[in-house]
Amino acid sequence: MSDDVTEKMRAIIAEQAVLDPSEVSMDATLDDLGIDSLGLVEAVFAIEEEFDVQVPFNANDPADSQFDISNVQSMVNAVKQLVAAKPD
Amino acid sequence: MRRVVITGQGAINALGHTATETCTAMREGRQGIGQLEFRDVSRLSIQIGGQVRGHDASSLFSRQQLSLYDPNTQFALIAAAEAMQQSGLQVSDELAPRAGVIMGNSGGGLQTIDENYRTVYEEGKNRVHPFVIPRLMNSAAASHISMTYGLKGPTFTVSTACASSNHAMGQAFETILLGNADVMLTGGSESMLVFGGIKAWEGLRVMSKDACRPFSKNRNGMVQGEGAAVFVFEEYEHARARGAEILAEVVGFAMTSDASDIVMPSREGAARAMQGALRSASANADEVGYINAHGTGTAANDRSECAAVREVFGDHADNLMISATKSMHGHLIGGTGAVELLACIMALREGVIAPTIGYEDPDPDCDLDVVPNEARDADVSLVMTNAFAFGGLNAVLALRRI
Repeated sequence: MSDDVTEKMRAIIAEQAVLDPSEVSMDATLDDLGIDSLGLVEAVFAIEEEFDVQVPFNANDPADSQFDISNVQSMVNAVKQLVAAKPD
Repeated sequence: MRRVVITGQGAINALGHTATETCTAMREGRQGIGQLEFRDVSRLSIQIGGQVRGHDASSLFSRQQLSLYDPNTQFALIAAAEAMQQSGLQVSDELAPRAGVIMGNSGGGLQTIDENYRTVYEEGKNRVHPFVIPRLMNSAAASHISMTYGLKGPTFTVSTACASSNHAMGQAFETILLGNADVMLTGGSESMLVFGGIKAWEGLRVMSKDACRPFSKNRNGMVQGEGAAVFVFEEYEHARARGAEILAEVVGFAMTSDASDIVMPSREGAARAMQGALRSASANADEVGYINAHGTGTAANDRSECAAVREVFGDHADNLMISATKSMHGHLIGGTGAVELLACIMALREGVIAPTIGYEDPDPDCDLDVVPNEARDADVSLVMTNAFAFGGLNAVLALRRI
């Protein structure tokens, strides 16, 4: 199940959570990982830099963004869609 | 006991080039926010702001002056000139050491910084204009006001992000109360509407792409503004002795720190600041008729601010009016509290409460009388103005009709 996007995402999230990527489980939530609102904004920035995509995320109301931050898997899925939608 | 009154006001911002024009626009609920216009704006994802329009610096200042004046300083000097003129104050040799300047500001000469970074980084030049430092320093505006009017007393700039102006005006109030000056020019200025300034704010992802809608359920973030407002604060007997027209009395000031989070607001810190301002004013909560809200239009601020108002005012929260004029002029960051004080003075002097425009959907978390969309006539004698900054730094002033 592991792939390039997933591994990079776990690394980005692990960095914010101050964990080893192997400790980031796919069903973990941001709360589980101890990532606060600033950590999340930093992670979104890192994602955009890593994958060269625009993440539809508004810190003003994260729950209302199109970017699903329910858990690590949902974020990986969202990033995969963004990467797939990139113009060639 | 010394008392402090306001005898002059001046402003320039998206709503007008004078305090008078600004108040007229507030009364009409006019929108000052629009499409941003400056170099490289197409590279920004945020395209709107409360920009000063039709400002022709070269018609107001000499070439020599402009080599030293970032727009931040220009705005402050324009506002100070109007305030000084209205006050009718003459700065005698005797008054000069008893008169000072305290300004709020956050970004300093950001346009100067932006332009000169371009010069050295983008264009690869190795030489910059010799006045880059005196143009960009945060205290430049206070210094130039001091020099222009020969004010030789306590003079400095306060920088507490979005609360800078309120902290500055609070310091000016206390400086006079303590007897360290008889006249203080005070307020704030900001000129962040430049590529680097907005790009930095974009990073935080709290900016709205379409409108500033404080307290409205569908609000989606803040919108930046620029400009300045300056007031003449004066010791009451000093103002009376020279027959000055008194616009309002400053009666209370309090500041608190949340000591919790660098960006998320705290209900508790905000409530303590409002309670402190009431105590400082020796006023009861039910005397307050109007609050100029911090009201940024972010989900977190507006919710937390309304909860704090409920906590401080109890049942009276349903009787008072609270509006967010940032919906019209945008968020001037370090200058915002000063422009918002105009709405407080207008409420006391003219009995007109500036509206919260752009209000569309009621939010149960903000169920106060936010004076939606249209100004309202009301008789109020005590008002408050809130500023709750990033970094958890809160400053609240209370003004009374005189």
